[in-house]
Amino acid sequence: MFYREAGDFKVSYADDSQTFPIKFDRYRYYAVLAVAFGLIPFLINDYWANAILLPFLIYSIAAIGLNILVGYCGQVSLGTGGFMAVGAYACYKLMTAFPEVSMFLHVILAGGITAFVCVLFGLPSLRIKGFYLAVATLAAQFFLVWLFNRVPWFYNYSASGQINAPERDTFGIIITGPNAPAWATYLFCLIFLTVCALIARNLTRGTVGRTWMAIRDMDIAAEIIGVNPLKAKLTAFAVSGFFIGISGALFFAVYLGAVEVGEAFGIQKSFLVLFMVILGGLGSIFGSFAGAAFLVLLPVVLKVVGVDLLNWPTDIVAHFQLVIVGALIIVFLIAEPHGMAQLWRVAKEKLRLWPFPH
Amino acid sequence: MPEQLVFAMEVTLNGLMAGVLYALVALGFVLIYKASGIFNYAQGVLALFAAMTLVGIMQGQVPFSHLINAVFGGHITHFGWNVPGAVAIALTVAVMVLLAWLVQVLVMKHLVGQEPIILFMATIGLAYFLEGVADLMWGSEIKTLDVGLPQGINLWIDETTFNIFGYGFFIDNLDIVATVIAALLVAGLVAFSQYTKQGRAMRAVADDHQAALSVGISLNFIWVLVWSVAGFVALVAGIVWGTKSGVQFSLSLIALKALPVLMLGGFTSIPGAIVGGLIIGVGEKLFEFAVGPLVGGATENWFAYVLALLFLVFRPQGLFGEKIIERV
Repeated sequence: MFYREAGDFKVSYADDSQTFPIKFDRYRYYAVLAVAFGLIPFLINDYWANAILLPFLIYSIAAIGLNILVGYCGQVSLGTGGFMAVGAYACYKLMTAFPEVSMFLHVILAGGITAFVCVLFGLPSLRIKGFYLAVATLAAQFFLVWLFNRVPWFYNYSASGQINAPERDTFGIIITGPNAPAWATYLFCLIFLTVCALIARNLTRGTVGRTWMAIRDMDIAAEIIGVNPLKAKLTAFAVSGFFIGISGALFFAVYLGAVEVGEAFGIQKSFLVLFMVILGGLGSIFGSFAGAAFLVLLPVVLKVVGVDLLNWPTDIVAHFQLVIVGALIIVFLIAEPHGMAQLWRVAKEKLRLWPFPH
Repeated sequence: MPEQLVFAMEVTLNGLMAGVLYALVALGFVLIYKASGIFNYAQGVLALFAAMTLVGIMQGQVPFSHLINAVFGGHITHFGWNVPGAVAIALTVAVMVLLAWLVQVLVMKHLVGQEPIILFMATIGLAYFLEGVADLMWGSEIKTLDVGLPQGINLWIDETTFNIFGYGFFIDNLDIVATVIAALLVAGLVAFSQYTKQGRAMRAVADDHQAALSVGISLNFIWVLVWSVAGFVALVAGIVWGTKSGVQFSLSLIALKALPVLMLGGFTSIPGAIVGGLIIGVGEKLFEFAVGPLVGGATENWFAYVLALLFLVFRPQGLFGEKIIERV
C-alpha cells in the first residue's frame, strides 16, 4: 500500500532522475519540510531550541559529513572534533574581521576553509588504510586542538583563551549572541541542514558518490576499472570537511556562543559523531539524522527520568548515563550492525507488501 | 661537557622510562589484536577499572555503596577492614578474569565475523560502559594507590651523574621499577606464549582461526584467555600509572598515548610495541625539550601522532607489522 512504484508513471527524464523516485517518499519528504519550516518556528521556545532542536540540526550536518567519509568512502576518521574546531575558529575570525558581512557567507566560508584543512589531513589516506588511517586522523584531532589553544592569533589574544560569538545578523535578523530569537537560530540551522542533506543525497546518487562507494568496497578493484583513488578520496575528504566545518561554525556561533576548544571539540566529540553515524547506519543520509536524533535525545531523556522523576543525585545519573549509552551501543551493534537505517529499510519493505505480505 | 647536552641526556633517559610505560599499555592492545583482530579501545579503561578495583579492595570499600545509599538510604561506605596489597592484587586479577569471561560471553561472542570497524565501535561502547560501572562501583573521586612501590628521586643516580657531569640527573625511582616490571612482564609473556600449551594455542589462533579450530583449539577459551591476559597487563599498567599520578579518569586516556606507539610498531608485533614505545617516549620528550619552548609548549599532546603519521607514509604497516598484501 505504501512505498509502491505502481501507478507512478515517469513521462520525462526529469521525472526519472528525481531525488525521491517513489511518490509516497516524495510526499512524506514535502510534509516533513512543511512541518519543519512552516510549523515548528511558530511553536519553538528557548528550551526546546537549545536542548534538542539546535543540537539535533547541527549534529545532523556533522553526521552527514562524517557519513560521506566513513559510510560512503570507507575512510574511518577520528578527527571530526578537530575539524569542527577549524570551522568554529574560521567562522570566529571571519565574524570579527568582517562584521558587516552576512552570517550565511561566514558559515559557508568556514566550511570551505575546513574542507581545505581536511584535504590536507586526508593526503596520508592515499598510503595508509584501515585502522592505521583512523589513528592517523587522531593526529589531526590533537594537533588542531593544540594549535587553537596555543596560538593567540586564533582567539584574538583574548585573556581567557576562549572565543565568544559577537552579535551578528543576516538580512537584519540577529542570528548569534544572547539576543538571538529561538526561531531565527532554528531556521538558520535548518536551512543549512536542508541544503547540506540535499547536496549529500544528490552527490551520493551521482558519479562522485559511485566512485566513493567503489573505493569503499574494494579500492584496488576500483582502481583497476578506472576510478582515480586520489580524486575519489580527496573529494570525499573535501565534501566531508565542508559539512563538518559548517556544523562546527554553527555549533560555536549559533548554539554555544562561547567555546573553549579542548572542552567543546575534544576527542569525545569525534567519538560522539562517529557513534551517530554507526548507530544511524553507515552509508545512509537518513541514518545520519536518526543517529543524531537518538544520541541528542538520549541524555535529555535520561536526565528527565533520573533527576526529575527518580530524584537521584546528578553524579549517579551521569555515571548511569555512561553505562546506558555504552550498553545501548553494544546491544545495538549486536542486534543490528547496519544501524537504524537498516531497520527503516526493513520497515519500508514490510510496508510495501502490507496488507498482503505473501 | 656542554650543559645543553647533559640536559638532553637526562631528557632522553626520562623519555626511555616514559616509553616503557607507553609500551606497557600498547602490549595489551597488541595481544588482543593479534589473537582476535579486535582493536580494543577499552584497554585504557580496563587499566582504570583494574586500578580502581584494586584500591577499592585494599581499602575495603563496599561496591556500589554510593548507589545503594542513594536508592535505599543509609550510609554504608566501608566494610571496615584493609586488605594487604598482595591479596588485593590476586583478588583484582580474579575480577579481571571474570570480566574477560563476561566480555567474551556477553559481547564478543555475538560479534564474531563482523567488520573490524563494528568491533572497534563495540569496544568503545565497552569503554563507556566500564567507565560508568567503575564510577558507580567505587566512586569517581581521585584515589591514591600505594602498593609499596618506591617513589621519589633516585639518589644513587643523582650522585653518580653529579660526580661525572657536575649535574645530577633527576630519575624517579618509580620509573626504574616500572621499567623492571615491564621487562619482566614482557619476558613472562614471551615465555608464556612460547613454552606453554595455552600460549602455543594462542599463537595458533593468532595465525589462523580456522586452522586452529580444526586441530581442536577452543576459540572461546583462547579469547577469554587473551582478554584475561590483557586485563592483567592493564592491571600492571594501572598500578604503575595509578601510583604515579593517582587513580582518576585521566588514567583511561593512556590508551590514547598507546595508539601512536601501536602505529609506529605495528598492530601485530610485541617487539614493535616496545621499540615503538621507546621511540615515542624519547622522541616526544626531546621534541618538547628542543622545540616546545619556541611554539608554546605542550607539544606532547600531538607530537607522537604526527611522528607516527609521517613514519607511516613511508612504511604503512609500521616498523614490525606484517606486510600488507592486497588481492582483488
